[in-house]
Amino acid sequence: MSKPPGIGVTGSLTLGGQRLFDGLDLRVPAGEWTCLLGPSGVGKSTILRLILGLETGGVLDGEVTASDGAPLAPRCGYMAQEDLLLPWRDVRGNVALGADLRGEARGDVDALIARVGLAEHAGKTPRALSGGMRQRVALARTLREDRPVVLLDEPFSALDAGTRAEMQELAAEVLRGRTVLLVTHDPAEAIRLGHHVKVLTTEGLEDWPLPEGEPIRATDAPEVLSAQAALLKHLRKVRA
Amino acid sequence: MRRLDILMALVVGLSVWQVIVWLSGVPHFILPAPGRVAQTMFESREIIWENLLVTAWEVALGLVIGTGLGVATAIQLALSKTAERIMLPILVFTQAVPVFALAPVLTLWLGYGIASKIAMAVLIIYFPVTSAFYDGLRATPRGMVDLARVMGASETRLLWRVRVPHAVPSLGTGLRLAAVYAPIGAVIGEWVGASKGLGYLMLLANGRAKIDLMFAALVTLACLTVLLHWGVGKLAARLDRFARGG
Repeated sequence: MSKPPGIGVTGSLTLGGQRLFDGLDLRVPAGEWTCLLGPSGVGKSTILRLILGLETGGVLDGEVTASDGAPLAPRCGYMAQEDLLLPWRDVRGNVALGADLRGEARGDVDALIARVGLAEHAGKTPRALSGGMRQRVALARTLREDRPVVLLDEPFSALDAGTRAEMQELAAEVLRGRTVLLVTHDPAEAIRLGHHVKVLTTEGLEDWPLPEGEPIRATDAPEVLSAQAALLKHLRKVRA
Repeated sequence: MRRLDILMALVVGLSVWQVIVWLSGVPHFILPAPGRVAQTMFESREIIWENLLVTAWEVALGLVIGTGLGVATAIQLALSKTAERIMLPILVFTQAVPVFALAPVLTLWLGYGIASKIAMAVLIIYFPVTSAFYDGLRATPRGMVDLARVMGASETRLLWRVRVPHAVPSLGTGLRLAAVYAPIGAVIGEWVGASKGLGYLMLLANGRAKIDLMFAALVTLACLTVLLHWGVGKLAARLDRFARGG
């Protein structure tokens, strides 16, 4: 994996004749987790699509840059709320999807599958797996891409609480050292995982203060609970 | 459909047919009883078999060629926006022309052999196969397409490794329709001008007032269609299972 760059997204985006956001200046530091929260429809996922170089349906009057000046989109991995596994491919085939799509050798996908704890399920198709296992496969697929930047769009939101906590820990471990931008609606997830937390509203982008210490933070630490509560209160306010 | 259900439907259908013959008193040269038709099928088995083979061959070739053309067209439409803009209106327009009305022209162009019947079968199944498969290709979830693009997939690999496998159940739906339509196309072609085939045999029998033979050919044609529908249904179910991951 090449050295992870930082990301900058600046400018205004017009969508269907309306300004989705104006004067945005999002800075995602290199090699760390940045969590982005905000009300639905404010443009969080659109920012991810801009960074990924995907169609947004809007016009960006601004730019998406990498701190090292090199093109960003080809260095990005992506994991969405849906696992996006191909039902006709087994776990190995899904993990190796990117390699197959580029016509490359698959490499040691079994090692990656073992790393996410699914060694015994490598030959199964997605329908034989639980929701948590499917997201593990999606994580292994992201790891196989070995990109220095990883964009996560609410990847754990459809999981039950226990599985979600496990997946957060696993993702934090295996994506350590990469530049990660996580879009989430869950204040607890953001406080737990983020080196930086930013809240995007129609008014703009604001940095949210975090408790002392490095992620991944203990869910039962008083200062973590307090930060979660404060962030939730703020999100309810900006929504209203 | 369970075998028992099929058997029950067959018994009920034949019984109704027999009861109508009994109650109406219609002469056998207008509506022969099922028993009489069965007897004729047995006695004329050689001529029926000979003509069945011709029709079956026309239908099979029509299905293969029509499916191939339909799949190729759908893929072309999915790959190229220009092709989509130009070909879609043409395809829709061609559906405004009744395929049956083309049968005399096809016979004129392709002759009285099997070529014109195959062409009829191809024409009649081409649109349903193209339309069903194209709909399937277009319905690939946006997230899957985005992910493949983020991974650096070329449009061709995206098509063959993601969109086509995702669309095979839709192709199965098109094939199910094609299995029903293809025999209709072939028989219409035979009615317009042929010297062999079940459609030709029906016309010939009708002209000679051999209504029991005409019914025997009709029942044979129905059996061929049902068998084809069953076989294609099995294939479509396999395609469906593949796309769902077994």
